[in-house]
Amino acid sequence: MASIDVENVGKVYSGGVRAVTDIKLNIADGEFIVLVGPSGCGKSTLLRMVAGLETISEGEVKIGSRVVNNVEPADRDIAMVFQNYALYPHMTVYNNLAYGLKNRGTPKAEIDARVAEAARMLEITQYLERKPRALSGGQRQRVAMGRAIVRKPAAFLFDEPLSNLDAKLRVSMRGEIKRLQRRLGTTSIYVTHDQLEAMTLADRLVVLNGGQIEQIGAPLEVYHAPASTFVASFIGSPAMNLVKGELHGDKLAIGPAMIGLNGFAPTSGAVTVGVRAEDLRIARDDEEALPFRLEYTEELGAQRLIHGTVGDQQITAAVSPEIALSPEMRIAVDAKRLHFFSIDTGKRLPGHVPAEAKFAPVEPVL
Amino acid sequence: MQTKRTVFHSRILPYFLLAPQLIITLIFFVWPAAQAIWQSFLRQDPFGLKVTFVWFANYTRLLDDPDYLNALGATFVFSVGVTVLSMGLSLMFAVAVNRLLRSGRFYTTLLVWPYAVAPAAAGLLWWFMFNPSVGIIPYLLSFLGYEWNHRLHTGDAIVLIIIAAAWKQISYNFLFFVAGLQSVPQSLTEAAAIDGAGPFKRFWTVVFPLLSPTTFFLAVINITYAMFDTFGIVDATTSGGPSQSTNILVYKVYADGFIGLNLGPSAAQSVILMLIVVVLTVVQFRWIERKVQY
Ligand SMILES: Nc1ncnc2c1ncn2[C@@H]1O[C@H](COP(=O)(O)OP(=O)(O)OP(=O)(O)O)[C@@H](O)[C@H]1O
Ligand SMILES: [Mg+2]
Repeated sequence: MASIDVENVGKVYSGGVRAVTDIKLNIADGEFIVLVGPSGCGKSTLLRMVAGLETISEGEVKIGSRVVNNVEPADRDIAMVFQNYALYPHMTVYNNLAYGLKNRGTPKAEIDARVAEAARMLEITQYLERKPRALSGGQRQRVAMGRAIVRKPAAFLFDEPLSNLDAKLRVSMRGEIKRLQRRLGTTSIYVTHDQLEAMTLADRLVVLNGGQIEQIGAPLEVYHAPASTFVASFIGSPAMNLVKGELHGDKLAIGPAMIGLNGFAPTSGAVTVGVRAEDLRIARDDEEALPFRLEYTEELGAQRLIHGTVGDQQITAAVSPEIALSPEMRIAVDAKRLHFFSIDTGKRLPGHVPAEAKFAPVEPVL
Repeated sequence: MQTKRTVFHSRILPYFLLAPQLIITLIFFVWPAAQAIWQSFLRQDPFGLKVTFVWFANYTRLLDDPDYLNALGATFVFSVGVTVLSMGLSLMFAVAVNRLLRSGRFYTTLLVWPYAVAPAAAGLLWWFMFNPSVGIIPYLLSFLGYEWNHRLHTGDAIVLIIIAAAWKQISYNFLFFVAGLQSVPQSLTEAAAIDGAGPFKRFWTVVFPLLSPTTFFLAVINITYAMFDTFGIVDATTSGGPSQSTNILVYKVYADGFIGLNLGPSAAQSVILMLIVVVLTVVQFRWIERKVQY
């Protein structure tokens, strides 16, 4: 067990490509951190610097109280789960799990005991004598997890470990990873580009964009109070609606419509307005609303997504499937559900933060 | 496998198209091989006047002939020596180049050159370098107190032909090893590094086992090469001497048949060589069929 501190870390690859800039991140002992962001934003690079597989160009990485910049991967007391699992194809599952322990001179009896325990936890005991190629994708994934946990490292590093699995298996393995991590209490850094995986696994999310941190926070905090238009559009599905608007005192103009803000206006002038699809609803006749021209719908079962335009801007709303639709509708939103971003920088404008974002997530009792 | 089939409407055309290859194979391979088999059952008197059919007498006599058994032994030492030396060196070069693939291009080009050199030319090259009176290597060795003379010392002679033959094969092995190394995923060595294995251990416990299909394939190729393709090298360097120590099978066939003009026994030797080739080829194809052995 250990905390991990990433202090002003940057990475410039040998060709002069800058992959990561000035990352500062303090991870508490036992915390589950998810690095999320679009492809090429530097997630793997950051993780691999913590693992010791890439040199650290700038700043320092501390595991526990020790600066590990010049420590070999083997001596950093970490374990890594790779996207392609990286199981040793010529060794049995047992030997795959035992390899790291053997290299460290662990006594045979202890190796047996640890492998047996890990195999039992992951339910792979009956495959111990098989070679990896005789296993399904999900079973290989478990073996890769097993190889990480037998060593009882101070930290787990995951690089998109579930992206090679089918959708259903991904959901169940996700749960399993979370359960194992809770049970073992091992500090973990998990890389993914899947925002749903990020939301469900993380104690805290780190949203990366172009090699820089956009926002760090608990999943609900990030969801309800995105720090920038980038985060707003990246986290949550469907993506948050972002439209151009103009603030006139306590009123907001979006295209042809004008709605009152009940004192929630953070500034005045042109802004980017964000609103989540599920915060939009069909307006009552007597309330201020936006004129909505319906283009097409998508059925999600419990919800129906309606896509259309307000003025000339695209808007998606999530409504109950029972509600009758018509080509021209009026949609409304509570003023306190609106997000305002600077039109120049894309940063969130200070002001109201929804109450939900302030609640810490409820820890399940295990 | 789904391949596109060409349909010929003429019955003769396909045979016509195959003819050049078939004719070459028949004239240069099948016909001489058949002749050799036939010859191996015959014995001629010294003046070439009378030919008798002797069944397997040529073969049984060969197996009792100490010279032949000596050649068998020399061939064994020679093939193992060439295979181990050339594969060992090429693997070393391949690992080195694999680490620096960018600048590796240049070395790769250099390392591939020897393959383009004809065996006799290679033999001559080594003959010069090791020449006891004018060669550079005996000269250098003399400073270390070693008197190199492969015309007198059997050990020196064997070492010389092993080096000369192995050198030519390094390029070929090297290319296969580089390709093999590139196909070992980088994440495996990274996983092993995290698992606490140092560079040497990583190589021997992870990379080398994964190279085993390549290694096996090359071992067969190299043994085949050493046994059958080294006539030119032996002829240009030692001509089988001193005292038969480098008289390997393929050279002995030539020496007995064309210099000794002892056609029957020489033919029997070449039939035995042919059988060895067949066995090695079968082994190799079997292996390639089950490419992935882990
Ligand atoms: N070895 C390398 N040499 C040069 N540039 C590299 C190297 N590895 C990665 N990069 C560059 O660094 C940037 C970040 O790459 P990285 O692999 O960290 O992205 P990522 O966030 O993990 O993306 P993905 O989700 O696709 O895996 C990319 O622009 C990439 O092209
Ligand atoms: Mg990546």
